[in-house]
Amino acid sequence: MSQDPHGHAHHPELTFWEKYVFSVDHKVIGLQYLITSFFFLLIGFGLMMLMRWQLAFPGRAIPLIGHMFSADLAPNGVMSGEFYNALGAMHGTIMVFLGIVPLGVGAYGNYVLPLQIGAPDMAFPRMNMMSYWLYLPGGILMLSSFLMPGGAAQSGWTSYPPLSIINPGQTMWLLSMVVLITSSLLGAINFLVTTINMRAPGMSLWRMPVFCWAQFVTAVLLLLAFPPLEAASILQLMDRVFHTSFYMPKDLVILGQAYAGSGGGQPLLWQHLFWFLAHPEVYVLVLPPMGIVAEIIANNTRKPLHGYKTLVLSMVAIGVMSFMVWAHHMFISGMSASLGNFFLVTTMIISVPSVAILTCLIFSLKGGSIRYNVPMLFALAFLPLFGIGGLTGLPLGLTVTDIYLHDTYYVIGHFHFVVVTGSIIALLGGVYHWFPKWYGRKMNDRLGYIHFWGTTISMCAIFMPMLFMGMAGAQRRLYDPTAQLHNLPVQSWNIVSTYAAYALALFQLPFIYNFFHSMWFGEKTVENPWKATTLEWACPSPPPHGNFEKTPKVHRGPYEYSVVGRKTDYWMQTDAS
Amino acid sequence: MSQALNPAALMDNADTHSGVSNAKLGVWLFLASEIMLFATLFTSYIVLRMGSTSWPWGWDVLNVPLATLNTVILITSSVTIVMAYAKAYDKDKSGFQRWMAATILLSFGFLVVKAFEYGAEFKLGIGPHTSIFYAIYFTMTGLHGIHILGGIALNGGLLYMSSVDEHWKNPLFLGRVEGAGLYWHFVDIVWIFLFPALYLL
Repeated sequence: MSQDPHGHAHHPELTFWEKYVFSVDHKVIGLQYLITSFFFLLIGFGLMMLMRWQLAFPGRAIPLIGHMFSADLAPNGVMSGEFYNALGAMHGTIMVFLGIVPLGVGAYGNYVLPLQIGAPDMAFPRMNMMSYWLYLPGGILMLSSFLMPGGAAQSGWTSYPPLSIINPGQTMWLLSMVVLITSSLLGAINFLVTTINMRAPGMSLWRMPVFCWAQFVTAVLLLLAFPPLEAASILQLMDRVFHTSFYMPKDLVILGQAYAGSGGGQPLLWQHLFWFLAHPEVYVLVLPPMGIVAEIIANNTRKPLHGYKTLVLSMVAIGVMSFMVWAHHMFISGMSASLGNFFLVTTMIISVPSVAILTCLIFSLKGGSIRYNVPMLFALAFLPLFGIGGLTGLPLGLTVTDIYLHDTYYVIGHFHFVVVTGSIIALLGGVYHWFPKWYGRKMNDRLGYIHFWGTTISMCAIFMPMLFMGMAGAQRRLYDPTAQLHNLPVQSWNIVSTYAAYALALFQLPFIYNFFHSMWFGEKTVENPWKATTLEWACPSPPPHGNFEKTPKVHRGPYEYSVVGRKTDYWMQTDAS
Repeated sequence: MSQALNPAALMDNADTHSGVSNAKLGVWLFLASEIMLFATLFTSYIVLRMGSTSWPWGWDVLNVPLATLNTVILITSSVTIVMAYAKAYDKDKSGFQRWMAATILLSFGFLVVKAFEYGAEFKLGIGPHTSIFYAIYFTMTGLHGIHILGGIALNGGLLYMSSVDEHWKNPLFLGRVEGAGLYWHFVDIVWIFLFPALYLL
């Protein structure tokens, strides 16, 4: 590539393949991630809708499509237990590893982070492309496990041994996880180097928008937490393929037969290694959405964020602490009381920065003249709903209450409040917020309002009943909830939850239509339609390859709204005066 | 920062916010993730060993003299790759090629010795399935062996590149040699921990 004195690469005409498929432009890769991860989210959601039918109406044939499944998956259209387990495992895996993380990090991080720090691209553009082209095959590999003999993995997204060692389908799960982890690691290295080295002149760390900080902390978590799962997956792969016994205890009897391996391993080792990844992973799921919410709130309250440094330091604190809380997922594994107490204390400590973040965001609303546009509605919904998710987590972090609640629907309700009404709500809001930047057009507001209200209300109607059922003692992971007598009084909540899930699906239709319609026919918009201050709004919509005409110079912090004595109510980071 | 922000320009230029070029920072971050990978395996080793009622002594079941030879080979190769870097720094093409070739030969030597060890064990019918000790032994040394193969590919690529004069004019080349050196030292250090953990303790 030849370079002019400003360091901008001149680009020869790119072919269709170079421009849209094997692109090295962070913006194209970001949009590839966006579309792909939304596609996987839809698939994961589809799997869940099948499960919800079984949970609401156990033993009844799945309407319309039940007879399309093969006889071993759904005899006479009624879902089999094995199929239910496979759906459960794949729903979790797809939503977490193929849906939300690639959406929050791969899509938003890729597109917005380089723009917000004033960089022309990521530090390693070709590696960036490779991340995506590992993610997509990894995802396809994961999905294709449904077609393998024995079906997809059936041991939950957590893949606890010994079950995961003896169940079919798990080998494909492990192989695709190794591919996905590699993709994630390449991405994390790229994000870190970009944030550290590629900031525009004047963009000091304390002038970075909260979103960039969120991505930075997330990348650290991905970099350091994923390798342990990779190692753990390698050990599990060894157990399955080479018949080692890392996770298989001595004298294990399976269906009346002694396990043939040497034994001597420890099933709990997997749980520790898995949660050592998967707890930081929870913060990987929520930090980028928190960053998105912070951006939207600052922009639409037209005032600086309350406690910018508190927000950032809380995110860093969460990043550090998230490596010390993993075993609170394992209170019922029989750990000693003193170890349980340790993780109880660290769990209570990590809730402090989380509450600090939420408090800062809520205080940011105070005294603002709020613009209630579609992205702001999503950001506002995030605050109380994520709050519910966080607060319902406290009883799970306390050992005593966790013993009762752990294996119930309460856990599922809690987790989904965090990740669905928290993360996904924010990620959807982000689409409306940055869509004008991506395509130079705005999304339709009316369809946006329908999407917002329908989505938020049906999400609450799905997950609130789960909290009730859980507190009544309904166990999770059950194929047939009516098998336990004490579940019968709360079974009607399952029906509410199922219908709400189908409503949620319906309310995504206006969004999908709106997205693709606005892409081509939406109202044309300008460089900075939201009158925002951060750098991504200081370049054309959509930005050309190389982003900025010349390297921007940053003069001030990211949220200079309503500064006294100025004509406009926003002061862009790039404005010299 | 004086120069323009450009991924290609910052690849080998240390005049960045952090004072380290993008490429070098990337290599260090990659090594950080690799440390976590092997640290997990060492942790698993400790946990599994603590939980076992009996654990064989390396001297009884493994070939310690061969492993000692391998340790010497790897440490020597760490010296030769530093020499290769020094020669590359001086733009001494033939010197670089000699030391790099020596590094690659030593790495192959390591793998050959390892193959003899594995071969002897397989002949006795011993494999990863035999016991928890052999499971961790084969997994860790196997993964380390894969890293050696990766190093051979990396160093071989650099050796091939060095035959093209064009690459010597590109400042990136020296950075690549340094990155490969960092990686090779890491692989070496992993063995320095593996050897006592599996063979001696």
